[in-house]
Amino acid sequence: MTAADFLSIDLPAILVAVLSATSCGLLGNFLVLRRQALIGDAISHVALPGIVAGFLIAGTIATLPLMLGAMAAAVVAAGLIEIIRRAGRLESGAAMGVVFTTMFAIGIVLLEQTGAANAHIDAEHALYGNLESTLWLGVTGWDDALTWDALSQLPRQLITLAGVTIAIAATITAFYKELKVSTFDPGLAASLGLPVKTISTALIIVVALAAVAAFEAVGSILVIAMFICPAATARMLTDSLSRQLWLSVLVATIAGVGGYVLAAFGPQLWGDADSLSAAGMIAVVAGLLQTAAMIAAPRYGILSRAIRRRTGRLDLPA
Amino acid sequence: MSPPRLIPFESRQPRNYAAPSPLSIRGLSVAYDDKPAVWDLDYDAPDRGLIAVIGPNGAGKSTMIKAMLGLVPALAGDVRIFGSKLRQARRRIAYIPQRTSVDWDFPASAEDVVAMGLYGEIGWCRPVRRRHRDAARDYLDRVGMADFAGRQIGQLSGGQQQRVFLARALAQKADLYLMDEPFAGVDAATERAIVNVMRGVRDAGATVLCVHHDLQTVADYFDHALILNVRAIAQGTVKDVLTEDVLQRAYGGRLAETEIRAIARSA
Repeated sequence: MTAADFLSIDLPAILVAVLSATSCGLLGNFLVLRRQALIGDAISHVALPGIVAGFLIAGTIATLPLMLGAMAAAVVAAGLIEIIRRAGRLESGAAMGVVFTTMFAIGIVLLEQTGAANAHIDAEHALYGNLESTLWLGVTGWDDALTWDALSQLPRQLITLAGVTIAIAATITAFYKELKVSTFDPGLAASLGLPVKTISTALIIVVALAAVAAFEAVGSILVIAMFICPAATARMLTDSLSRQLWLSVLVATIAGVGGYVLAAFGPQLWGDADSLSAAGMIAVVAGLLQTAAMIAAPRYGILSRAIRRRTGRLDLPA
Repeated sequence: MSPPRLIPFESRQPRNYAAPSPLSIRGLSVAYDDKPAVWDLDYDAPDRGLIAVIGPNGAGKSTMIKAMLGLVPALAGDVRIFGSKLRQARRRIAYIPQRTSVDWDFPASAEDVVAMGLYGEIGWCRPVRRRHRDAARDYLDRVGMADFAGRQIGQLSGGQQQRVFLARALAQKADLYLMDEPFAGVDAATERAIVNVMRGVRDAGATVLCVHHDLQTVADYFDHALILNVRAIAQGTVKDVLTEDVLQRAYGGRLAETEIRAIARSA
């Protein structure tokens, strides 16, 4: 592998994977704690009709109209979920199931009926993403990697994702207290005068932003995994929310790098010439990390709990 | 010649400067779908009162508090807190929700939860600083929980969790405390701690309104009561309110005659 190959093929894919995983993983902490993990799933599906609608209205596949379309679809979906939950007297999981499958199906019908499918938006892409096609053209080696000419040719997805990740990290940092209290105790939060409903809606909108930015590159299956796995893994390892957020970033990074490396270079190790789907492998690594945490986490892991029981060192409240 | 007198004559009369009631409710009605939960409630809380809100299950006790705070929508009614609308009075209120209403598996320590009581004072987007953490520890100390500051809240007993909520309410330095069943499922030590704290804030000038279930202890812990069964049945001092007649009307067949008589005697 030459430096040029690494810089133009592998590095952008790894960065896209890590940034998608980080932006979704950070938000996933709040979704999991609010018992809304499925909403990440729902939104990554309703993004499809939004993207198609954005394309049809704007007539281009530029990022902005597609993203606005997807975010609008997410808001519509969140509203519909709430309406169906109340009017249909359903639990929110069932309401989400109704809304996102219907909207996803509408998206597919729209896609096939309108010819948007020819414009590089298709259902398979939507599910599996296209991490491998993120290429940094115009770079020939480490020497010119930092020249203006090379940097200006960085893949568009990478730049979008970097922006989205920074925006999400900044939002969570700025509104950390507000997110924390409205997640833990909405009653107290409302009595303090915080707009609890607006915060929930804003969270959904930011989730949609992350889902769309990531979804283009890595597909909706990986998006779901990234909303849930890093947060759930990090939760096993700490009892502090701020540490949980950092750990989820770490887990997301390990999954992104590890998954890509295994997918790209793993098959060669056992003599298979073809590489594997990077998005799929990243989700597998994320799942394995979570399994490892469930087994071996210091306080909540199955092993340590078994050992505590066996040795009689029960953690009784004083 | 002296200039014309611009001040209306009436304003020279001594004005009534009596402080407005800590809590004044007029015509509050709340319904869930078509089922009324609170109906046409009028109430004026006495200043510096320790007030028990009692009534059978489903009487609308929690709903009343939630509607006052805007947590559930009211169909009608006007709520004034120290004479102001809720929006202007938020910083004067501390609310303790039912303990079971939150997820105790949440990744937070006792100190984190108490610090949430300071969020109103800290303000939007500003971080919790060292001095806020120190203050949170002081409030934990006041409810006898100083040794548990760093413990994850799910690792605490029910009574300890309730004391954390109490410390958090103290951190809000309110003038009106609204507590939703703080005595539910707590141990005797916690029950004493809660009563002491309630008396402490009352003596410091605050008013406490507390949803309470145990009719046996109403007379010991509180000096005023609001008896509710969707409509207000009675309000006043515990002595005046805990009568056989009132209890019979509020609880109907849900309490045995002998029980009602014993409770009425305790007041």
